[in-house]
Amino acid sequence: MNPITAPTFEWLQLAPVLVVLLAACLGIVIEALVPRALRFVSQVALFALAAVVAFGFLVVSWNEPKNSIGLMAMGSISLDGPTYLMWGALIIFGFLSLLIFAERRLGNGNSSFAASAASVPGSPAETEAGVARHEHTEVFPLALFSLSGMMVFVAANDLLTAFVALEVMSLPLYLLSGMARRRRLLSQEAALKYFLLGALSSAFFLFGIALVYGYTGSFDLGRINDAITNPVYGAGLLYTGMAFLAIGLLFKIGAVPFHNWVPDVYVGAPTPVTGFMAICTKLAAVGATVRIFYVALGAERWSWQPLLATVAVVTMALGVVVALTQTDMKRLLAYSSISHAGFILVAVVGATSGSLGQLTSFGSILFYLVAYGFATIAAFAIVTMVRDSTGEVHAISGWAGLGRKNPLLAGIFAVLMLSFAGIPLTGGFIGKWAVFSAAWRGGYSWLVLAAVAASLVAAYVYLRVIVTMFFAPPAEGVTVGRASGLTWVPVGLGALATAWLGLFPGPLLDLVDAASIFIR
Amino acid sequence: MSPDNYLYLAAILFTIGTIGVMIRRNALVAFMSVELMLNAANLAMVAFALARGGLDGQVATFFVMVVAAAEVVVGLSIIITIYRTRRSTSVDAANLLKL
Repeated sequence: MNPITAPTFEWLQLAPVLVVLLAACLGIVIEALVPRALRFVSQVALFALAAVVAFGFLVVSWNEPKNSIGLMAMGSISLDGPTYLMWGALIIFGFLSLLIFAERRLGNGNSSFAASAASVPGSPAETEAGVARHEHTEVFPLALFSLSGMMVFVAANDLLTAFVALEVMSLPLYLLSGMARRRRLLSQEAALKYFLLGALSSAFFLFGIALVYGYTGSFDLGRINDAITNPVYGAGLLYTGMAFLAIGLLFKIGAVPFHNWVPDVYVGAPTPVTGFMAICTKLAAVGATVRIFYVALGAERWSWQPLLATVAVVTMALGVVVALTQTDMKRLLAYSSISHAGFILVAVVGATSGSLGQLTSFGSILFYLVAYGFATIAAFAIVTMVRDSTGEVHAISGWAGLGRKNPLLAGIFAVLMLSFAGIPLTGGFIGKWAVFSAAWRGGYSWLVLAAVAASLVAAYVYLRVIVTMFFAPPAEGVTVGRASGLTWVPVGLGALATAWLGLFPGPLLDLVDAASIFIR
Repeated sequence: MSPDNYLYLAAILFTIGTIGVMIRRNALVAFMSVELMLNAANLAMVAFALARGGLDGQVATFFVMVVAAAEVVVGLSIIITIYRTRRSTSVDAANLLKL
């Protein structure tokens, strides 16, 4: 009998994920052991420490490229340039969102989360929990679990790992979106919708995996690619499987026609969670999509490119047109996020491998996501700060005259809107330019023209918000809450990064250019 | 033995599950339909493992079962919270967000 060989596991190289996962587990232990009064502080200290340590490990491995590029954990995790960049972005964005989670000064000592999510809204139990100042510090470990799932999802080199990571990333998010302090009914509904539709989409993803496995006989992305280039069976299984995989992934990205959950969940979820979902989930889903479609299904690109191109056009069009009619700020940002998903798909369709001095498709997507991410985090942080006596004000009419009440905040929000619109001198412009040129070089010039038209319409949406903030008569009773540094840091960093990426995009462009090659 | 029949069964179960999620109004039943879809995928993977002569597909089903169990925990907690709030698990009653 053959001896069983022990599996190898690269602890040092995979440390960033392990640190985040360990911090999440320690967070659960804190819930059990630390007295209630100290939990909040210890959770905040824990996630801050985890983010710093994880990022440190990432930098150490990055500077030691000899042992740190390749297939890890028996070939199920692929550590390459894209993985490192996306891990870095996920850790930074996750950290910034968690800072907003921890903001308590805005709500007079209460965070954005329900005092007791299990209590019935309006019941004595809820009042009691509120009076006793209970709070759900579990949100921090939940977000960390989700973050670790995202980090594995973008690095997954086989479809089974991708499926498990997808669920690890999604399940905590379903819970988090149901835990808002205000408008709890809305929040619970959002959680239910997100959960049912999310479970449906992951079932499609799983069946897609099963069919692709049936066609290729393997879950491994590299072997799937080999099997596709040397076909043995008829391709019906493969096409169906590919379509099902795409449904699961496009749902998480929030592309039309799988976008129904986005506005509802973005509105219902607590605003810090919305910010977390808007960038981290999107980044992880886009990263996994690009990896699966380029590495495993790259040989079949002629069959998926037209399909994704159609999805991209419909997504951009619907995103911007419906955003025109919105009167609620969070819904507007949700439709804006749908249209950005469309712009990203434009570059995914391009699928150019790049040549000297030109970005690859993935490089441009990553630049776009980073620019979009900083602007999004800051935008949702600002949404938490605009308040009246009952809580956050989401109606855009309530934002009228913000420019006179707080010129600094309104100015920052205006810069973020300009970046979303892709106006020059902001990060959003360079991002749009990068993704459009990637699609152009990939031979999809008609798609680029459609995308340019969509971004012109989108510019109107964002300019309308700016006009309302600066030129409409001030709304009664709406003030800018006195936030602590926990909210101001994401706002300030987001605004600075947006301007910086617009004025000096060079360093990040070089970085994504140097590290955008997937390994198989 | 040909695995074809198992695959047909898996496809039928998956279709039933999809239709169930689409048309049933009770959140619990919709959720059960999702579980049916996951099990259909399990059946397909086991059948393919038999056909392709590898063990990967069979091992994968264990992962899927664990994930499905975790999904039940999260899903039931959300559905029960909704039920306690509005004494109904109908997905039609959850309509505050439709604009």
